Amino acid sequence: MTSRAEYAVLACADAWRDDGEVLASPMGAVPSIGARLAKRTFSPDLLLTDGEALLVGLDGRAEGWLPYRQHLAMVTGGKRHVMMGASQLDRFGNQNISCIGDWERPTRQLLGVRGAPANSLNNPTSYWVPRHSRRVFVERVDMVCGVGYDSAAAAGPSATRYHRIPRVVSNLGVFDFATPDHSMRLASVHPGVTVEEVLDATGFELARPDAVPYTREPTAEELRLIREVIDPQGLRDREVPA
Amino acid sequence: MTDKTMAPEDVVARLRSGMTLGIGGWGARRKPMALVRALLRSDVTDLTVISYGGPDVGLLAAAGRIRKLVTAFVTLDSIPLEPHFRAARQRGAFALRELDEAMFMWGLHAAANRLPFLPVRAGLGSDVMRVNPELRTVTSPYEDGETFVAAPALRMDAALVHVNRADRLGNGQYLGHDPYFDDLFCEAADSAYVSCERLVEDFGAAAPQTLLIKRHAVTGVVETPHGAHFTSCAPDYDRDEAFVKFYAATPWPEFAARFLHGDEKGYQSAVQTWHEEQR
Repeated sequence: MTSRAEYAVLACADAWRDDGEVLASPMGAVPSIGARLAKRTFSPDLLLTDGEALLVGLDGRAEGWLPYRQHLAMVTGGKRHVMMGASQLDRFGNQNISCIGDWERPTRQLLGVRGAPANSLNNPTSYWVPRHSRRVFVERVDMVCGVGYDSAAAAGPSATRYHRIPRVVSNLGVFDFATPDHSMRLASVHPGVTVEEVLDATGFELARPDAVPYTREPTAEELRLIREVIDPQGLRDREVPA
Repeated sequence: MTDKTMAPEDVVARLRSGMTLGIGGWGARRKPMALVRALLRSDVTDLTVISYGGPDVGLLAAAGRIRKLVTAFVTLDSIPLEPHFRAARQRGAFALRELDEAMFMWGLHAAANRLPFLPVRAGLGSDVMRVNPELRTVTSPYEDGETFVAAPALRMDAALVHVNRADRLGNGQYLGHDPYFDDLFCEAADSAYVSCERLVEDFGAAAPQTLLIKRHAVTGVVETPHGAHFTSCAPDYDRDEAFVKFYAATPWPEFAARFLHGDEKGYQSAVQTWHEEQR
């Protein structure tokens, strides 16, 4: 029996499929396991970091040096696909990790914009949301940190030139922006989840195909790698309970 | 040759209220905490602080020393959100210039190169432009004609950084994996103060690329063993995770009363006592 967390891992891993020789920058446990699964299976050329200043192979051994200043150059050079978290996310893929409420006097101060404005304009930027709810999937984010499709279009060619949000993965399903106006679309639901459940937990009108498919099943080898090699301690289940 | 060694108090004596102060390190990593603690013992206030923020910002914000903060984030790393920074921000205790990490870095480069700005593909389309209405864009003079954000120079009156080793002339060496942006902070400031784990007479057979900070950009050198505590100073020591948790969970007045009333030696021994109590 494949768990919800394992479907989420699989959906994250698939975000890096066909990316070639780029840095996979996962934030969060499930995306991290997904990135390593992708590298161990269908995307062997991916680069990984130790979360600090080293590029590391699957065995953890260093193969390169990547201090923050070079990491920032990798972002603008485009040889990177990041999967960031999101405290708020709206229908055009605008993301907020800075604060909740009015920026001048926030009700809840969060991290700050971090690298989201540069990430989203320069390299493919996907998002991971471990608890899908109307508090996260909102009509309009309070502070645009990661730039969505509508905001990029309004800002002009320098903003849209390398802008791309390949996918959003949550504990309920997978979402993309493959619609005429680049509004968010329900691409698949994880097995065990209903479309109604996703719509109820989303604070905006979600585009969807007539028949929403299920997130794909893992191969036996993928399940073995997740359970026995990459995440034997079960960190994935702490981020996405069954 | 000039011997630039001084005590933390000598550094603080050269700082004035109203100054723009850069603080090196990144998040809860290699922060010049001993110098920040010395600052907290002084009456210097009304500061514009420029920092990739960690507990340096939390401490100064809680103590009411910040008039304006320039940052891309404030975090304790292992605890993502800095509680004292958050509380101060939510009560409107200081003004904020919130920039993207890359805009911040190019602002340091611009200041170090005596340029008013450098162009970046960042900020466009984000609310960084809305909340910083003073930011301007610049159009490429070449055929592409693209428009970029002109990241303004982050010039500072003084910078504080912490490294693993330094000599008396002001040359600084980092032994961890990441230089962060400490050399740029020193070059972007009119005066820069480098604290270090240990003063050395010379760097021996050190790999030259570890000699990050050059003496021409340094005004004073301070030996402060364990001076980055409770942030990390790899490979000399890791972040003090137990203490980070304690700091984050303790009301500010209680924390300040126990750890910040005495000098640096008093702080280090109070920390040691606290650890013994935890056993």
